[in-house]
Amino acid sequence: MNSAQSRLSLLLLFTPFVLWLALLIIIPHIFMLLVSISVKTGVREYVTGLGNYMVFFTEPLYWNTFTRTAFMSISATLLTLLIGFPVAYYIAKLTRGRTKTTLFLMCLIPFWVSELVRTFGWMILLRETGVFSSALQYFGIVSEPIEFLYNDAAIMIGLVYTSMLFMVVPLVTTLDSLDDSLIEAGYDLGGNGITVLREIIIPHAMPGIVSGCIVVFMLSLGNYLTPILLGGKDSLWFTGLIYDQFITRFNWELGSAFGFLLLILSSTIVWAGLKLSGQSLTNTVGR
Amino acid sequence: MKKILTSGIALLAAGVMGATSAQAETLRLLTWGGYAPENVIEMFEKETGHTVEVTKSNNEEMVAKLRATNGGGFDLAQPSQDRIAGAQAEFDIYKPIDLSKIDESLFIPSMLEATKGNTTYNGEVYGVPHVWGTSGLVVNTAEAGDVKDYLDLCDASVAGKVSYRLKRPTLIGFAFSMGLDPFAAYNDEEAYKDILSKVEAKLIECKPNVKTYWDGGDEIKNLLRSGEVVASMAWDTGGWSLNEDNADITFVAPEAGALGWIDTFVLPKRGRADEAAYAWINFVMQPEIAAMITTSAGNFTASQGGDAGVDEALKARYQASFPQEAIDNIKWYPTVPANLETLEGAVLDRVKAAN
Repeated sequence: MNSAQSRLSLLLLFTPFVLWLALLIIIPHIFMLLVSISVKTGVREYVTGLGNYMVFFTEPLYWNTFTRTAFMSISATLLTLLIGFPVAYYIAKLTRGRTKTTLFLMCLIPFWVSELVRTFGWMILLRETGVFSSALQYFGIVSEPIEFLYNDAAIMIGLVYTSMLFMVVPLVTTLDSLDDSLIEAGYDLGGNGITVLREIIIPHAMPGIVSGCIVVFMLSLGNYLTPILLGGKDSLWFTGLIYDQFITRFNWELGSAFGFLLLILSSTIVWAGLKLSGQSLTNTVGR
Repeated sequence: MKKILTSGIALLAAGVMGATSAQAETLRLLTWGGYAPENVIEMFEKETGHTVEVTKSNNEEMVAKLRATNGGGFDLAQPSQDRIAGAQAEFDIYKPIDLSKIDESLFIPSMLEATKGNTTYNGEVYGVPHVWGTSGLVVNTAEAGDVKDYLDLCDASVAGKVSYRLKRPTLIGFAFSMGLDPFAAYNDEEAYKDILSKVEAKLIECKPNVKTYWDGGDEIKNLLRSGEVVASMAWDTGGWSLNEDNADITFVAPEAGALGWIDTFVLPKRGRADEAAYAWINFVMQPEIAAMITTSAGNFTASQGGDAGVDEALKARYQASFPQEAIDNIKWYPTVPANLETLEGAVLDRVKAAN
C-alpha cells in the first residue's frame, strides 16, 4: 500500500513534465519533420523527399544568411562576455550587502518591460531625428543629422543589451562561490592581476562563462525582433527568413526545413564550443 | 461544498439558457485595423444580440492562420480578393458564400460582379467586396515634388530619403512603371519570370536610394512625419491621414497607375457562426454604417451610397489625389495564381541580400 502510494505520487509528479515535453516539444517537432520532408510538386500535391533541405545548400543566399547570423551571434556573445565579466566581478567581489542588491537589481530592471519596448527605446535613441543625433548637433560636434539606426552595429547593440542579464547572472553566481582567500593567496605567492585572473578567477568561473555564453548565443541566434527592427535594408537574419517562408510565402515545407537546419546547426556550434572550452553540459548549464 | 455545487449548477443553467434563448452567436471576425470600429460593433450587438470578437491581421497572416487550423478558429475573414481563389485551390480553407443570404442591393453592382468573378473557384463564389483602396506614392510635395511615378523613387534627387516595402506590390508597381504588364503575364510563368528578373535588376540598382524597407503602416508614417523620408510607396489612407497634420504630405496616384485592392468577406471553412456572419455583412454594408467604417479606416467601401455620409475633408483629399483619369488608370489586382508567390519570394530575398 505504502509503496504503491509513493509510486503514484512519483507518477503524478512526473506527469506535468512528461506532458509538457511530449505535447509542446516532441510531437510538434515530429510534425515539423514530416512537413519538412514533403516536397511540393503541384497544387495540393506533395511527395516525400529531401528537396527542401537541398534548397538550403544550393541557394547561396540562405547559406550566407545562416553564416552571417551565426557569425553575428557569436560576436554578440563575445561582446556580452567582455562587458558582462567586469560587471559581474564588481557585483560579486567588490560590493557587499545593500549596494550589491541594488546593483544586481539595476541589471534586472530593464527586463521588467518587454523586449519590444526595449527595442523601440533604442530606435528612439538611434534614429536620424533621435536623441543621440540631436544631442550631437546641439553640442556642435556635427552639423548634419546622423543616422545610427538601420545597420549591423545597431543590431549588435540591441543584441548585447537584450542578453546582458543572461550573462551577468550565471557569472555572479559562480564568482560568488570563489573564496576570496584564494585570490589573496595568489597575490601572496607573487602573482600580479593578470596571472591571478588567468590562473585562478577564469578557471573557477569557466562553468559560469560557458553557460552564460550558451544562453546568450541561443537567444541571439533565435532573436527575431531586434534584427528586424534595428537592422537595415541588407540585414537578413535567419529567423526572419523562417518567418517569411511560413507567413508571407505560405511555404511551410521550406520553413520547417530551415527550422530543423537552425536546430541542428546551432546545436553543432554549441557542441563545438563546449569541446573547445573543455566543458560539458552537465557541469555548466546542468549545475 | 454544497454551496459550490449549487452555484455551479446555477452557472451551468444560466449558460444553457443564454445559449438557447436568443440564438445569439459569437462572431469571431478576422479583419484589418479600422474595419470593425467599436461604435459599429456596439450597434450590431444591440440590434442582433450576437457578440463580436475582433482579431486584427493582414493578408498573409489571415491565410497562414486559416491554413494552420484548416479554416477554423474564425467565422468571418477579410482577405483581399486576389488572395481567395488561389488560397482556396492550394489549401481549401474557405467555404462558398450563400448569396441568397446577402442583400445584394446594398453593394455597388460593378464592384460586386467583379469580386464575384475574381473569387470564383470550381463554379462557386467565395467572396463579396467590402472595403477598397489603392497603393501608390506618399510624397512630401514640398521636398520631393518631382516624384510622380514609382521609378522616380530611384532618382538621385531623393537619394537616401526613400522607403518602400519589400513585398509583391512593389514588384508590380515597378513593373508597370517600367512599361511592362505583370498582370497580363500572370498565367504565363516564363513571361512573368522575365518581367521579375528585369524588376529585380532595377530594384537592386535602386537600393542605394532607399533608407530602409518599411514593414508596418505606423513605421512609414513615422518616417514621413519626422521628415527622414520624403518619398515612399504606401497606401492611400496613410497619405491622407498624414495630410491632416502636414499639408505638404499627401497621396499621389502614380503615372503608371495606382494599384487597386478590394478587401472582401469570406467564410472560413470550419466557421461556426454563419448566421452572425451573414448578419454582420448585411449590417455593415448599410450606407450609414459603411460611412462610419470609412471614417475609421480611411478607405471607401463597396456599399451603394456609402460615400454620401463621409466626412467632407476626407472626400476632398480623395478627389485631390484621384482626378477622373487617375481613377480610370487604377490597376486592379487580378487573382494571384498559385506558385507565383514562390517566384516573387526568391526575387525579394535576392534584392534584400544584394549590396
